[in-house]
Amino acid sequence: MNLGISALRYVEEVKNGSFTIEEFISKTVEQIKKHDGKLHAYLSFDDHVIEQARNLDRKIANKEKIGSCFGMPISIKDNICVKGGKTTCASKMLENFVAPYDATVILKLKSEDVIIIGKTNLDEFAMGISTEFSAYGTSHNPWNTDYVPGGSSGGSAVSVSAFECIASLGSDTGGSVRNPASFCSVVGFKPTYGLISRYGLISYANSIEQIGPLTRTVEDTAFFLNIISGFDPNDDTTIDNKNEDYLSNIDAGVEGKKIGIIKEMVGQGTDKEVVSATNNAIKKFEELGAKIEEISLDMIDYSVASYYTITSTEAGSNLARYDNLRYGYDFPLEGYEFNSYISKARKNFGPEVTRRMILGGFVPSAGYAGKYFLKALRVKKKLTDEINEAFKKIDFLIAPTVPVLPFKIGEKIDDPVALFLLDFNTVIANLTGKPAISVPFEISNGLPIGIQLIANSMQDKPLLQAAYALQNTVKLPEVPI
Amino acid sequence: MTKIGLEIHCQLTNLESKLFCSCKANYRGFEPNANICPVCIGLPGSLPRLNKKAVEKATMIAMSLNCNTPDKLAFFRKNYFYPDLPKNFQITQLNVYGEHSIGQNGTILVDDKEIRIRRIQLEEDPGRLIYEGISEKTQITLVDYNRAGTPLVEIVTEPDFENERQVRLFLNILSDLLDNLDVSNPSLEGAMRADGNISIEGGNKVEIKNVNSFHDLEKALHFEITRQESLISRDIPIEQETRHWDDKRKITISARIKEGEEDYRYFLEGDIPWITIDSQTLNKLKADMPESISSKKERYITKQIPAQVAEVLSSDKFCSDLFELAHNESNAIVIANLITTDLMGLVDTDEKREKSKLTHQHLTDLANSIETKEITRTSAKTALQECVATGLPVSEIISTLDLGHVSDESELNKIIDEIFIQEPNTVEQAKTNPETINYLIGKVMEKTKGRADPTLTLNIINKKLS
Repeated sequence: MNLGISALRYVEEVKNGSFTIEEFISKTVEQIKKHDGKLHAYLSFDDHVIEQARNLDRKIANKEKIGSCFGMPISIKDNICVKGGKTTCASKMLENFVAPYDATVILKLKSEDVIIIGKTNLDEFAMGISTEFSAYGTSHNPWNTDYVPGGSSGGSAVSVSAFECIASLGSDTGGSVRNPASFCSVVGFKPTYGLISRYGLISYANSIEQIGPLTRTVEDTAFFLNIISGFDPNDDTTIDNKNEDYLSNIDAGVEGKKIGIIKEMVGQGTDKEVVSATNNAIKKFEELGAKIEEISLDMIDYSVASYYTITSTEAGSNLARYDNLRYGYDFPLEGYEFNSYISKARKNFGPEVTRRMILGGFVPSAGYAGKYFLKALRVKKKLTDEINEAFKKIDFLIAPTVPVLPFKIGEKIDDPVALFLLDFNTVIANLTGKPAISVPFEISNGLPIGIQLIANSMQDKPLLQAAYALQNTVKLPEVPI
Repeated sequence: MTKIGLEIHCQLTNLESKLFCSCKANYRGFEPNANICPVCIGLPGSLPRLNKKAVEKATMIAMSLNCNTPDKLAFFRKNYFYPDLPKNFQITQLNVYGEHSIGQNGTILVDDKEIRIRRIQLEEDPGRLIYEGISEKTQITLVDYNRAGTPLVEIVTEPDFENERQVRLFLNILSDLLDNLDVSNPSLEGAMRADGNISIEGGNKVEIKNVNSFHDLEKALHFEITRQESLISRDIPIEQETRHWDDKRKITISARIKEGEEDYRYFLEGDIPWITIDSQTLNKLKADMPESISSKKERYITKQIPAQVAEVLSSDKFCSDLFELAHNESNAIVIANLITTDLMGLVDTDEKREKSKLTHQHLTDLANSIETKEITRTSAKTALQECVATGLPVSEIISTLDLGHVSDESELNKIIDEIFIQEPNTVEQAKTNPETINYLIGKVMEKTKGRADPTLTLNIINKKLS
């Protein structure tokens, strides 16, 4: 039995009777026991997965109908609420928070009979790109355990790439699905803003973030998107996608499509291995019949500054509820009034969250909003106008997902600005609400490189078709674990 | 000149659910923290979903106050820490980045003076803090989130009031208007709260907060005017400040924070998309709106109902609803009269109105009985009392209580003869002074418990006197 199979293949094999669900789940649990001590993809586990697997096997034996996921083991980033278990956001502040409800995506997946193996590690409250800011220790890249797995959905990417589950759900505020997908050589997708319900996703920067799948193949992403996308009465920002089937015609190809290279994303500051991989991907697209042109976006130099200004402002507000009255930890009240109590309570946030909370208290404040926050909103608007203009002439944009190769654990932790700048290629899709995907493309000296494609709003299906075409041009080595 | 402006908070108590979730909008009567869900207590991961009905009802209020209503509405976050605020921000509205709140620039006539409405906005009410414990040492603060998320309409006026009387008239008009729109029950505790700001000639603006009822607002304003006048008379400058109303001592106390000191870091609430209100929606709302009090009044006047009566009747939704169902073209005046002179006194509280068993049919039947002279106007009052208390049919009440008209001439003759014997002096006076005849009629009514036919009685007395 191969734990590294795709979701679609898994479904086929269970249907064929190649193995039982229980066998696959047990093997997956063994894999986790063997590797997760070192990799630390997971923060918590469901203790009843074998039971669930047996139940589903029994239903199959009795010829009862079961959901389209057939007990497939998946993992969930620990900022998405799963009823009854802990949802910590990798923060001490939510160390003991047990969600009394399921996120909409979880309800949808459960109704299709997934088995949720456990909750995965992340940078605290999804702020970071390496999982080094998790309050419960960093995750390790399975391709080389001295290296970071990317983030903030690092645990999700590790769990998929190390065969500790078949697929995972992460969240992407500025690249948090695509970045670790690129670093761990899996597919990572951020949909059009509003395509997937955020109900039950613990907000960091709610106006731009989305839940997105991390999978082994582009087809698997389409398979999960079919299940979790669409209008949700519990999230007013969701879009009715008319039950679009993202899996049908996934092999439509890219012949005659126009692909734009974002000039600013293959220049200065990009590792030469990454530039070379991007050029190779462009060549592959040309061979497949796509037309390539170079494009430039004037506002792009301001995108990271705009992104951090907006996300800090929203984070400052979204995380304000963690005042230790309802969540947090006990300490004697003696000698505190409300404000000093909150100051003390908030010391339980880690360094990156603290940094952004301080920033978020400042940039939208009276007297400074005009200089920072409102300007950032103008950049967002102009950038959106520019990218909409570009999509009148082209079908997709192409760029490396991350400008650099995976870096070593501890290498950049003391340089927050350097870490911020690594979001340069990914934040644009969040600021403009566009769908974007990272496709595993090369392994350079044992370290993965992903290629990012971006499409116009609600062009998620054509985007997956293009990503599928690119994926099929390469055969990558197996993960060395 | 004294200038007073108001900030009124009114809960939309008649809505089914809260502003962003399906918990009850009227939280009263629940055990603490029993009317809550992940959304209204701001659990991590929960999202607000806007109650469209609240937007519609608030827009109706704006239209009733002659406000401009924008094509596009937006919600903003007002960020501040307070233990009763589950998310530590309040979802509200703001007009700094364009006019996107429920309504702006309205007017309303109060005692022939035009009061301008600056803006109306829709927002969520926070929870409530309950203080327990006797001494400061043992005091604990409890939080009840049942109220959190209740739809609240904030109405801000320009500083156009000149005295407390105008404020009181305005608040009465506003309560009647909200009741008439069927959006709120202003008499529920805490359903309507008002803060004021006030400045007198030569002084700075002072805000008064923490006022829990309209009644107290009047007292607070009165206290402030007196305080400020006394300062001015002694050449002490009036500082611009916020003062809190002390409910127990009935005075205002400086809050020791300068106005505008707090920074709310307002920004757009991204979880609620912009709401478009096109002309079609607006027209539909207009069509669905209950008839306004002033229009009702005009209509009543065309039915020959006196202006004073029409005014009283139209301002009271409970009574005007009864009137609408009970009256026809011929009995309108009688029914209006029954309601305003008798019924309103019988059901002068919400509790009595709820208990009342009176239906519009009772009023129609009573008017008929008066019209056909089956009973007198005085007996009608007695019957009305019975209708309210028992809900029995009018015919049954008349026969059980023996309220039927005494129109039998011989019987009346007998009664009047008796009175003439008992009151010889009055009879003498009545011969020269017609005013005194009323006294004699009164005596007849007393004897007959109001059942005597007044016209017939008068005729007989006159005959006997001459």
